[in-house]
Amino acid sequence: MSAVDRRTVLKGVAATGAVAATGISLPAHGRVAKVAPPDAVGLLYDTTLCIGCKTCVVACREANDKKPDTRLSGGLWDMPSDLNGQTKNVIKLYKDPDSPERSYFKAQCLHCVDPACVGACMIGALQKREFGIVTYDSFFCSGCRYCQMVCPFEIPKFEWEKLAPKIVKCELCNHRLREGRQPGCTEVCPRHAVVYGKRTDLLAEAKRRIAESPKKYKGQKKGDPPKVYGETEGGGTQCLYLSHVPFEKLGLPDLSADPVPHVAQTVQHGIYQGFVAPVALYAVLGAVVFRNRKKQAATSGEPGNPTGGAE
Amino acid sequence: MLVGVFAFCALFFAYRFAAGLGASTALNDGYPWGIWIAFDVVVGTALGCGGYAVALLVYILNKGTYHPLVRPALLTSALGYTMASIAIHFDVGRPWLLYRIPLFPAHWNFDSALFEVALCVMTYVAVLWLELSPAFMEKWSQGPAGFLKRTSEKAAPIVDKAMPWLIALGLLLPTMHQSSLGTVMLLTGQKLHPLWNTPLLPLLFLVSCLGMGYAVVVFESALSAGVLGRRRETPMLASLAGVMVPVLAIFTLVRFVDLGLRGRLGLLGTFDLYTGMFLLETVLFLAPAFMLLSQKARSDAGNLFRAAMVMILAGSVYRLDAYIVAFRPGSRFAYFPSFAELMVTLGVVALEVILYVVIVKYFPILSAPGAEAPARTARA
Ligand code: SF4
Ligand code: SF4
Ligand code: SF4
Repeated sequence: MSAVDRRTVLKGVAATGAVAATGISLPAHGRVAKVAPPDAVGLLYDTTLCIGCKTCVVACREANDKKPDTRLSGGLWDMPSDLNGQTKNVIKLYKDPDSPERSYFKAQCLHCVDPACVGACMIGALQKREFGIVTYDSFFCSGCRYCQMVCPFEIPKFEWEKLAPKIVKCELCNHRLREGRQPGCTEVCPRHAVVYGKRTDLLAEAKRRIAESPKKYKGQKKGDPPKVYGETEGGGTQCLYLSHVPFEKLGLPDLSADPVPHVAQTVQHGIYQGFVAPVALYAVLGAVVFRNRKKQAATSGEPGNPTGGAE
Repeated sequence: MLVGVFAFCALFFAYRFAAGLGASTALNDGYPWGIWIAFDVVVGTALGCGGYAVALLVYILNKGTYHPLVRPALLTSALGYTMASIAIHFDVGRPWLLYRIPLFPAHWNFDSALFEVALCVMTYVAVLWLELSPAFMEKWSQGPAGFLKRTSEKAAPIVDKAMPWLIALGLLLPTMHQSSLGTVMLLTGQKLHPLWNTPLLPLLFLVSCLGMGYAVVVFESALSAGVLGRRRETPMLASLAGVMVPVLAIFTLVRFVDLGLRGRLGLLGTFDLYTGMFLLETVLFLAPAFMLLSQKARSDAGNLFRAAMVMILAGSVYRLDAYIVAFRPGSRFAYFPSFAELMVTLGVVALEVILYVVIVKYFPILSAPGAEAPARTARA
């Protein structure tokens, strides 16, 4: 290999390496974590108050035009297996196998402050909108289900049995909020186990409850100090939880305060910041290809490269 | 025979659209992605990286010797990527809306690695066929007068002029989207097992597609020698294999160093499915490196072929693991592909092979005018 060749090689390698390296070094300034908008709204659900009456499940169906899910009960009564293509809200019962410990748990979208699903969606079918509500617009949804892959709480569900399936998830009843009404679930709860409000107010209220009876509430794991789930988890959520059993038992994952999309998007932005690296790489590649092709045509005695292109 | 297989599988193509995803697949809300994504797209496009790998060698590392490999490699790439794009239409729930993506630039989400993959792959399919177009135009311009002949004669010089920039685009796009296929899984966060979840995923995906790309070229050349009775290109493939050894070694080294730096090597101490798969991948990646270590071993056509097969297996297992096995949505969910899913995948592969055979038969792919070894033999 001649000296010139070696230089060409090195140039190519260096350019490729530069792109890879931006990914490796994870610049700290690559991505700014999103914060909740000042008018962010949400829910606060407190397991100590919930009696498992499921009135909110029925109300959610009515508010969102979803038929009862009777598949498990042989067509007799509403019995959703979990959140699914026709269920945006369920009450689950957690029972400890070895102790009398039990708790209800309300599952619905948490309306993350910095949502992974919104970061995932190719064309903004999922968006964080007014009051920080994460909404869904089927006009753009191709049904790729990437949002399902990335939601740390397994919230978005898919209408698997339909031929034109959509994503189904709680949108905080934003159609009702616009009319000045409450979400379906909070309006009917007889025990105010789930309440609607501004996130800042809900957070203050949750902390007040913990301060009032610190013994009653639990943290992430057994023995952890009590906390409000959603204050910081995964970058924070607008729907908050208080619980008398450790959150991990309710299926709420132990997430750091880093927004869920942080690492992936830092890498992505690191590589594609202002499209500088790809454009630079393209220019280098183009120049190198141009020169090498000319050289090869010359050395193989084919002036002008009659075979054309990528022979 | 192949056509029969394809016809049988085509029944399941129809079934998928008649019955919907729920009935035809084993996919569920926990495992929304199955083999149509993990195999047809993620493994399939890596197998379609032969064109990328060879172009990198020929045009960037300036090894003109490999020139005869360019066209066959480009053809497998063009077919591989085209099939992956077709497979996407089976997988997404609302395929007719995929076309809204290019139409609404204002809605493009540059945060989404998947968006970048989609856009790059769409463009790359076009670039690949354009890169390959001289092969078709050569044939047509020698054919009977008519539309094809006229167009070919007009278009050929234009394509030739644009070729360096097409080739460069053909190098840039796979670099971008093959690494982004790694970033795609990075966003699944904790759901991806820590042995796989690393910010280096883009790099690992890029390296693994290069390895698989090279292996496919070896595989394909050996196969066409066997089936079509072409002269074996063993010496050329042997030196090509020399490139694979460091690629494989780097891949494995990077993974272990990364796990070590992030204090995750201890995970290998627990014996479970994940450790098992991780070790299997490691063995599969290192085995071909050892098989190809000596010059003598590389020059043995049989050995070379076997090593390439293991290499393809290694990359495929790695990618399937990262997209399905190491993805853990919670114990309530399970996934194993349904019969219809397997048949659709088989059908897509069968179609690809059929098209390959047909195109190779009628167009100057394997016997391109430039296919005689160039006068100068570049020695690394
Ligand atoms: S809980 Fe899931 S679906 Fe809801 S906003 Fe967060 S990431 Fe999106
Ligand atoms: S399934 Fe629809 S909403 Fe979810 S990421 Fe894909 S396009 Fe977006
Ligand atoms: S806010 Fe509305 S959609 Fe969400 S759980 Fe409550 S009732 Fe259902």
